[in-house]
Amino acid sequence: MAYSEKVLDHFSNPRNVGTLDKSKKNVGTGLVGAPECGDVMRLQIEVDEETGIIKDAKFKTFGCGSAIASSSLATEWLKGKPIEEALEIDNMAIVEELELPPVKIHCSVLAEDAIKAAIEDYKKKNGQA
Amino acid sequence: MEKKKLIYLDNNATTPCDPRVVEAMLPYFTEKFGNAASRSHEFGWVAEEAVDYAREQVAALIEVDAREVIFTSGATESDNLALKGAFEMYARKGKHLITVKTEHKAVLDSCRRIEKMGGEVTYLDVDARGMIDLEALEAAIRPDTIMVAVMWANNETGVIQPMKEIGEICARHGVLFFSDATQAVGKIPVKPKEVGVHLMAMSAHKMYGPKGVGALFVNRKAPRVKVTAQMDGGGHERGMRSGTLNVPGIVGFGQAAEIARKEMAEEAQRLSRLRDRLEQGLLKLEETYVNGNPDSRMPHVTNISFKHVEGEGLMMTFNKEIAVSSGSACTSASLEPSYVLIAMGLGDDLAHSSIRFSLGRFTTEEEVDYAIEAVSKGVNHMRELSPIWEMYKEGINLEEVEWSEH
Repeated sequence: MAYSEKVLDHFSNPRNVGTLDKSKKNVGTGLVGAPECGDVMRLQIEVDEETGIIKDAKFKTFGCGSAIASSSLATEWLKGKPIEEALEIDNMAIVEELELPPVKIHCSVLAEDAIKAAIEDYKKKNGQA
Repeated sequence: MEKKKLIYLDNNATTPCDPRVVEAMLPYFTEKFGNAASRSHEFGWVAEEAVDYAREQVAALIEVDAREVIFTSGATESDNLALKGAFEMYARKGKHLITVKTEHKAVLDSCRRIEKMGGEVTYLDVDARGMIDLEALEAAIRPDTIMVAVMWANNETGVIQPMKEIGEICARHGVLFFSDATQAVGKIPVKPKEVGVHLMAMSAHKMYGPKGVGALFVNRKAPRVKVTAQMDGGGHERGMRSGTLNVPGIVGFGQAAEIARKEMAEEAQRLSRLRDRLEQGLLKLEETYVNGNPDSRMPHVTNISFKHVEGEGLMMTFNKEIAVSSGSACTSASLEPSYVLIAMGLGDDLAHSSIRFSLGRFTTEEEVDYAIEAVSKGVNHMRELSPIWEMYKEGINLEEVEWSEH
């Protein structure tokens, strides 16, 4: 299968790979997927508690090129966004941006799930959920 | 690392034509273009003679009589003809077949079709090394069993089944023995008569011949085996396979068979050494496992799982330099990981992490060394990106994590 230039770019130069300190109260972690399914995404956000803006985002992903590109793109989009706006990121926006073929749509769904899970974790830690 | 041309380590998918094969074929496209079934003129005679010669060459490779070789369009057709053709031909004897879960799709899907036509099929399990259980095979034979179908060597793992023992069981119970030997013929000695195989499928393009041509060996004596044609028409190939013969393809197949017969022993030795070099080089990476019985395996194949790395993603790190294939779900249309590896009891996670390396006649030591370096680099890179590798390194028991399956 031929990948789009954008997927190849994110795959070859993934943005924001890494790990945030999950013991910190303002860090939310989303871990979605399963090894048996062939993809696991871990997406983390660090939120500025005063403004509610995501100041940092990191990911690690076990999966195919599209899964890695989807999560890399997600971290780029998350940075600088207020969490309420981040919740509105739709998987189809990722599909369009990366030009994912139909068989890879589940990668974008996983990225959306990871964003939502990270935000939910943050909210839970801060008594907002 | 110096940039090299694209390295091909996917010879189980297909092999390049040997230049000597192409050379033999060329005249049969142009000046010797005749139809082998044209009995009334020189053009036909020349084509027929070429087909007869190729039939001898193929027969010599597997040590059978030339009259026992039926040319087809490839192994898929041969598998279909052997299974469905025997099911129809021997309907009076019974309707039961036995095969194995790790067979090629051409065999498994033919069996599914037979079930739809009213047949019954037993699918045998394999053990962790990919081997069938001979006792389970014997126990599965019923009075109405027509045929046992077991592949000679597996396409994904290279595992070779105990053909002689299976042949003895089939002979003892008076059951036909069919083998898809596509991955074995031309690479290791394959002598169906020595092990009691009555029908055998093979393909030219897996042994440095052209695509679109293959054969079915059909035993002529003791027992005399017949299959019902699945393609109706002019009654070519002893009535078992109608259709104008693919003369250039058949000539190429014959030439490929002759080269294989002469060079196989040396080539297998060379490839086995290169394969071991590749395998040893890659096994230096931690959490890396070979899939398939190392004591009964094709010389040119290794199937390796790189734990906590997804196969398709891994291939993307080096697919501009090295061509291999993966048992990962992402590489299949069905989004299911390799059923062969799953049947061997591998967890889905290890199946997703598997890469098949299949070496060939034109693989060099430099290419193998380059591959070791590039693949190792890719694995390390992907593990840096992998959350489950990080968790594993932190000592988290991944079995106990509550995953959100999707």
